[in-house]
Amino acid sequence: MSHNSRTLPPSAAVVPPPAASAQGRKRSLQQRRARAAWLLVAPALILLFAVAGWPLLRTLFYSFTDAAMDTPEEYNFVGLANYLDFAEGERFGVLADPLWWQAVGNTLWFTACSVSLELFFGMLLALLMNEKFRGQGLVRAAILVPWAIPTIVTAKMWGWMFHDQYGVVNDLLLRVGLIETPLAWIAEPTLSMWAVVIADVWKTVPFMALMLLAALQMIPSDLYEAARVDGASAWQRFRRITLPLIMPAMIVALIFRVMDALRVFDLIYVLTSNSEATISISGYAREQMVSFQEMGVGSAASVLVFMMVAGIAACFLWINRFSHEGKEARE
Amino acid sequence: MAQLTLDKLNKRYGESAQVIKGIDLHVNSGEFVVIVGPSGCGKSTLLRMIAGLEDISGGDMYIDGTRVNDDTPSERGIGMVFQSYALYPHMSVYENMAFGLQLAKMPKAEITRRVEESARILQLEPLLARRPKDLSGGQRQRVAIGRAIAREPKLFLFDEPLSNLDAALRVQMRMEIAALHRRLKSTIIYVTHDQVEAMTLAQRIVVLNRGNVEQVGSPLELYDHPANEFVAQFIGSPKMNLLPGTLVGSGDTESIVRLWHGKTLTVPIATPASAEGTRVKLGIRPEHIEWGAVADAPYLADVLFVEHMGNETYHYLDSGKLGDPWVVRNSRRSDIAAGETVGYSLPPEHCHLFDETGKAFARRAPGKGAGRIPGADAPPITFAEPARTNALH
Repeated sequence: MSHNSRTLPPSAAVVPPPAASAQGRKRSLQQRRARAAWLLVAPALILLFAVAGWPLLRTLFYSFTDAAMDTPEEYNFVGLANYLDFAEGERFGVLADPLWWQAVGNTLWFTACSVSLELFFGMLLALLMNEKFRGQGLVRAAILVPWAIPTIVTAKMWGWMFHDQYGVVNDLLLRVGLIETPLAWIAEPTLSMWAVVIADVWKTVPFMALMLLAALQMIPSDLYEAARVDGASAWQRFRRITLPLIMPAMIVALIFRVMDALRVFDLIYVLTSNSEATISISGYAREQMVSFQEMGVGSAASVLVFMMVAGIAACFLWINRFSHEGKEARE
Repeated sequence: MAQLTLDKLNKRYGESAQVIKGIDLHVNSGEFVVIVGPSGCGKSTLLRMIAGLEDISGGDMYIDGTRVNDDTPSERGIGMVFQSYALYPHMSVYENMAFGLQLAKMPKAEITRRVEESARILQLEPLLARRPKDLSGGQRQRVAIGRAIAREPKLFLFDEPLSNLDAALRVQMRMEIAALHRRLKSTIIYVTHDQVEAMTLAQRIVVLNRGNVEQVGSPLELYDHPANEFVAQFIGSPKMNLLPGTLVGSGDTESIVRLWHGKTLTVPIATPASAEGTRVKLGIRPEHIEWGAVADAPYLADVLFVEHMGNETYHYLDSGKLGDPWVVRNSRRSDIAAGETVGYSLPPEHCHLFDETGKAFARRAPGKGAGRIPGADAPPITFAEPARTNALH
């Protein structure tokens, strides 16, 4: 005790050190807290700028130039020409390219189909896993497997399963008698998008299921009992109790999945390579950038991809906030 | 309002675990019955079986003479108030109360009428547009009750409705529930672990222990004539003191007990001759032990500690090797301090006697215990040994 009191005399705590008074007015507690907060988030902000902000700015910059992939340092500013340009009565640029619009259509179709199927199957799985049964832990772990497999492996695996001659999908369908001749899942333009959607749904349903399961488990069981006392059927309990209560979590899961689906590239590229029937907007940007070495056009396409994803995310957030405000107002 | 009959109702989980062991009970129309018991005694399970939230493994259940074993909760026509209130968080108070009625496809006007009527009874009118999260605990409790009332059920079930409220609010809600029962004249089954709630609310109490009914009776019946040690100790706070002894004299009107320290006491309790020589326990409630001057009191004990409640005082007496201290409750303030030796006596007319298995021997003058002036019609206090200063241990 005596040792402590000698090294830290009580007066030291109250008398401000001379350095502080030399700085003039002492900062308020709030100012000091704010300073500490900025210091703490600074590394994250710097890292974020380095890996996300800077590449984005570079892409935006190159989208206004005619740079080529092999010589990025030689460029001329071309303004908005990579996006849209008029010359001699013809339109040029990404926005004038029918393939771009094909890619946009493909991407939106892919996103709508796969995310709604994921939501449907994810909900079924989540409801199933939310029930108590033997081997529940095992099922939860097993359901995660598709999510844990790398996309490239998924794509290759489904590529073989969809193979027109040796694929297990055709084999099964033939045995069951649903088809009479093998289908060219990958090569047939009307089927290849479905092949991509099926593979993507298989891979991402676990994510949706787990997000929804987490939300389901937050609902106290006595709410369901109260609803049973109120005479609600199983469907009414789902529709009137479960769904409204998991809605916030569901919207977050949907935002994640929609943004993910809009950026889809690897699955489509590996499964169907350069087919125009399935090309996504990210695939289009890659084609301009890598195959055609058009760094300017590729960058412009990338910026458009970014704007689309950011725009849709903003819409989601806005709708979410709007519906929340609506609720508050009604109260 | 409806009658409820349980006939050998039991509940089994799997092969072995039987949590409700053949319960027979009849609840009259308009009666307020409280099921009370320690945690894990099966009281909530029993209520949930009555509600239809839990399957009945065996036995039959009748509402107004109709067997309802296989009916859903809404078909049984029950209204239930849950311990956690179980209000739908995404619905307003109005919607919470109207939900069941909407599901029953009731006309809109009727729904409005019923919800507003229930809201009026419970003074919820200003809160109808609010959500549960904007309500206080007591208000939520009232909404939960209102939701049950709006359904106009045959049977009200309350599952520990007050346990999430603070002490002051609990007393207030207790009175409101009692007033509500007087007003609605409905049949209520109310589950609690709190014997005070049971005593204050019930017309009849069902004491449940390990899935068995220990005793059914009015609050004062249970207090004055507990059927066994369990009920004796469960009803009443602080709980009844139990003093070990041996039955040395039996009789139709009086019995003689030799207490653990050798003294004998004659009590007005009938015991069969066959019980003579067996070990018994003498029970006496804390408020019935009487102080005496050290010089002429029959028993002496050291005071271990004293609790001053203001309106009453609890003295804990050293029971020596027998374990837990005995409690004496005085309605007056006391200047006796811990460490002092006091003299006390055990008025025989207030004593209970339990056999080896814990079953009570019948006390004389059943039903008159409550309003009787102590000692007025009781036999003279007789102690076999003359009073002298002799500490318990």
